[in-house]
Amino acid sequence: MRYLPKSAGDRAAMLKAIGIRSVDDLFSPIPAEYRLTRDLAIPRQMAESEIVDWFKQRAKENGEGYTSFLGAGAYSHYRPVVIDALVQRGEFLTSYTPYQAEYAQGTLQAIFEFQTMIAELTGMDLANASMYDGSTAATEAVMMACRITGRNGAVVARSVHPEYRGVLATYATHQEIPLRKISFTSSGQIDLKELDRAVDNDTACVLLQSPNFFGTIEDVEAIAEITHKRGALLIVSIAEAVSLGIVEPPRAADIVAMEAQSFGVPLGFGGPYCGVLATKDKFVRQMPGRLAGQTVDKNGKRGFVLTLATREQHIRREKATSNICTNQALVALMVNIFMTVYGKVGLRELAKQNLAKTAYATGQFSKTAKVLFSDAPCFNEFVVETSEDPYAINARLLGHKIVGGLPLKKFYPEFGNAALWCCTELTTRSTIDTAVGLVAESERSVQGNDARTKDAEPEEVTR
Amino acid sequence: MKKHTTRKATRHISQNEGLIFEKSSPGKAAWKLPPLDVPEVDTSKLLGSSERKTLGSMPEVSEIEIIRHFTRLSTWNYAIDLGMYPLGSCTMKYNPRVNEFVSRVEGLANAHPYQPEKISQGALRILKTLSDCLIEITGMDAITLQPAAGAQGELTGLLMMRAYHQSQGNARKKILIPDSAHGTNPATAATVGYAVENLKSNDRGMVDVAALAAQMNEDVAALMVTNPNTLGVFEQKIHKIAGLLHEKGGLLYMDGANMNALVGKARPGDFGVDVMHLNLHKTFSTPHGGGGPGSGPVAIKKILEPFLPMPIVITKPDGTLGFEYNRPQSVGRVRAFYGNFGMFTRALAYIFANGPDGLRQTTEDAVLNANYIRKGLEGVYDLPYETPSMHEVVFSDKVQSKKGVRTMDLAKRLIDYGFHPYTTAFPLIVPGALMIEPTESEPLEELDLFIEAMKSIAEEVEEDPQFVLDAPHNTRISRLDETAAARKPILRWKRE
Repeated sequence: MRYLPKSAGDRAAMLKAIGIRSVDDLFSPIPAEYRLTRDLAIPRQMAESEIVDWFKQRAKENGEGYTSFLGAGAYSHYRPVVIDALVQRGEFLTSYTPYQAEYAQGTLQAIFEFQTMIAELTGMDLANASMYDGSTAATEAVMMACRITGRNGAVVARSVHPEYRGVLATYATHQEIPLRKISFTSSGQIDLKELDRAVDNDTACVLLQSPNFFGTIEDVEAIAEITHKRGALLIVSIAEAVSLGIVEPPRAADIVAMEAQSFGVPLGFGGPYCGVLATKDKFVRQMPGRLAGQTVDKNGKRGFVLTLATREQHIRREKATSNICTNQALVALMVNIFMTVYGKVGLRELAKQNLAKTAYATGQFSKTAKVLFSDAPCFNEFVVETSEDPYAINARLLGHKIVGGLPLKKFYPEFGNAALWCCTELTTRSTIDTAVGLVAESERSVQGNDARTKDAEPEEVTR
Repeated sequence: MKKHTTRKATRHISQNEGLIFEKSSPGKAAWKLPPLDVPEVDTSKLLGSSERKTLGSMPEVSEIEIIRHFTRLSTWNYAIDLGMYPLGSCTMKYNPRVNEFVSRVEGLANAHPYQPEKISQGALRILKTLSDCLIEITGMDAITLQPAAGAQGELTGLLMMRAYHQSQGNARKKILIPDSAHGTNPATAATVGYAVENLKSNDRGMVDVAALAAQMNEDVAALMVTNPNTLGVFEQKIHKIAGLLHEKGGLLYMDGANMNALVGKARPGDFGVDVMHLNLHKTFSTPHGGGGPGSGPVAIKKILEPFLPMPIVITKPDGTLGFEYNRPQSVGRVRAFYGNFGMFTRALAYIFANGPDGLRQTTEDAVLNANYIRKGLEGVYDLPYETPSMHEVVFSDKVQSKKGVRTMDLAKRLIDYGFHPYTTAFPLIVPGALMIEPTESEPLEELDLFIEAMKSIAEEVEEDPQFVLDAPHNTRISRLDETAAARKPILRWKRE
C-alpha cells in the first residue's frame, strides 16, 4: 500500500523490539468473537490513475459544462487561481488547529486577518474564526442571543433561506426555543407591521436575511428599531457575501451570521462552505467558536494565540457556549485570500458588475414575464413568475446546457410558477438572452403545460 | 545543552512578515475584471440608502505581495508534510494529494447543490458509494453524511436517539459519559437538552461495568463511549456494556474519533453499538487544514433509520439516484444542503486507494507504531495505565513534574527537536497527560527520532530543568502571553 512507509523488514524489527511474534497479538484486547476475520466488502485497492478516472467519470455525469442561473445560498463567482495555489501548501493544508501557538503562527495570523476583514465588511466590532456554514451560524446566533438576553424565543423571517430555517428548527426543538414566523410583503421585504406585533418582551431575537432569499435588500434600520425597542437582539444572516461590496452592511444588527462561500469557495455540491459570526465587543464572551487574539511573547514580540477558550467545549464541557470544535479553517483561508485579492476597491467593483448583470437580466425578463418584488432593491437574485411550470421551462433550458432558476415551490408552495434566478459577474449577456428567449417562447406557447409531473424535483417544505 | 543533539531539525532563516493591512497602499490591486457586456448601472439609483459608501480598512495589495504574504506565513506552521504530528486522538495521518486532485475535478467542484438530479448523478453516486463503504466498515445498517464535523455528528446521533426514545413514549432525561471523554460529548448532550451524568473509569482506564450497572436506569437515554477510549485502550467489556444499556431500553453511542484503531479489524456494529459518528478528517485522511473543515457522518442501526436527517439518497425505480425529502419521522436538517461534499470525495479516494487489504494494513501499522513508541519510552515516562494500547499511548509527567517540568513544558521543548507536540493534559483522568498517536504514516526512522527526542528531553529535565521550562528556544516566538490575550482581547487589527 503506497501510503504506508514500511517494509516487511521494518515491521518484523518493530515486532521484535516490542517483544511479540505477530501484529495480531496487539489486537488481542478485542474479544475474539468481534475480530473481523474476512476482508471488508468494499472496492479493491485501486491505482491512482484508476481513482482519477473514476472521479472524472462521475464528473461527466454531473452537469459538467452547464451554465447555471442557480443561487439560493450557493453562488458561482470567479475564484482567483492564487487561492488554490496557496491553500494547497502543505503547511496550511496538513496542519492542525493552532493550539501550539509557537508552531502555528502562520495559521493564527491568517485567522486574525480574516477576523479583521470580516468585522470590517459586516460593520461589526469583531468576528470569530468560522462556523460550519451559514445555516449553523444563524442557528448558533439565535442560541447566543438567548444566552445574552436571558429570553427564550426567536422571531424568524420567512424570507430567510428555508434550509437555514430548517436547521434552526432542528436545534430549537431541543433547546425549547419557540420560533415565530414573519411573512413578507409584496415588495419581498419583511412585513414590518406583523413584525411589530410579533416582537414582545419575551423575544430574544429577530432573525432576518439581507439580501434575503429572494434577493431583496431589507430595511435593516427599521427592523432594528422595532427589535431593539422591546429589548430583543437583531441577527442578520448574509448568504451572498459579495453583496457587502456595494450594499451597506447591517451596522444596526447585534450579530451578523454569514455564509462566506461567495468569497472564493467552490460550489462543490453544497460544501464545505464557511460560516462566520460577527458581533459587538460587549457580546464576545457569549460567542461560540474559536477566536485568534493578538498578544506578545516572552521577549515582547507580537504574536497570536487562540484566546477566550473558557467559552469552548474542551475547557467548559457541558457548560460551553457551543459544542463546536472543528471549524472550517482551510475554507476560511480561501475566503481570506479572496478578500485580500479584491480588497477595498475590487470588492466594490465586483459587486457593481453583479448588480449590472442582475439589472440587465431583470430588465430583459420583465419584457416577457413577471418579475416579482421589483419595488425593493435587490442584489443578484430575483423572482420570475411564468405562465408555464418552471420545471418544464428548465427542462427545455437544459437542452441548451443552461440550468434555469430554482422553482420556488420547492420551499414555498404558494409561489406556484415562480422561480428564483441568480446572475453573477460570470453570467454572460448571451446566456441571459438565451434564457430570456426560451422563457418568452414558453409565454407565447401553450399555457398550463403539464410537464410538471415528469420533470419535478422532490419538494422540501420547512417546518 | 550542547550534549543533546536534535537530529531531525535545525534552525534556518524564515522571513519576517507584517499584517496584510500594514502592506496596503491606495492604488495597488491584485484583481482585474473583464469588460462589462451589459450596460453600466447607477448604483445609487438602484440601491438608494442601501448603498455602501466605504470599505474602510480593507487592504489594497498586489498579487506578488499576496503570494509572499501567505507563503511566508505558511513557513511558520508545522505540518504533517514536514514530519510526525503525534497529537493523540487527532489522527494526524498523511493527506494524499490525489484526494485534493479529484475533489477539484470540474463538474464536481463546480456542481451546484440545487442543480437538477438528472445532471447530479455523479455526485449522488459518490454519496451512495461512500455511504455503502462506511456502512460496511462500521458494520452498521444506515448512515447520514450530513453533519459538518464530529461534534455535529454527535449532535445528530443524539437527536436520532432522542427521537427514537420519544417514539417509544419517553425521551428520557440523561446521558452517561465516562470521565475520560472528549469535551464535545458533554457539550453536545447539553445542546440536545440532556443532563450529563459522569461515569467513573476503573483502575484499568476502562468503563467501570459495576458502576454502569448501578447508574443505569430508565432515565438514561444513552451512554456515549469512545472505543478505543482516549487512553488508547479497547473497552474489552463493550458487549456487556451494550447489554446493560439495552436491558433497560438505553442505547449505546460510540464516538468514532479513534476508529483508526479498528478499521478492517473489528466493526462497532458487531459489538453492540447502536449509533456512531466517524471523523473523515481523522480516520479517512481528509486534511485538517489548520482546524477544519471536518466531516462527521453518523452510522446507525436499523431501529434508528426513520429518524435520519433529511434528505436521504435513494435509488429510484428507473435505477437513477435521487434525494428523498418525505421523511415524516426525520429529526430534520442539521446543515444546509448535503454536508461537506468535498470531504466525501477525498475520503472515498482514500478508501479506493487502500481497498480492504490496505485499510487493514493501515490499522495494523497504526497500532504497531503506537506500541513501538510505548516500548521505547516505557521507564522514561510514567505509564499511568498498563492496560494494552491500541493506536495511541498515554504517559504522564509524574517523573518530570518532580523537577517542576510539566507536560506542556515537555511539549514546548519537543518543538525544538522538530516535532509537533503530542496532546497535552488530556484525557482529564490522567494528571499531566502526554497523549501520543503516531498514526500509520510514520516510517521507522521518524519513530526512532521521536523516541530519541523524548528520551533526550527527559535527560534535560534531570540536568537543567530551567532550560526545558524556557523552551521553545528555536522558534520565531516563544511562550506567548495567553493571560494578557484573554484579559484584554485584541481580536482585530485597527489603524492606529
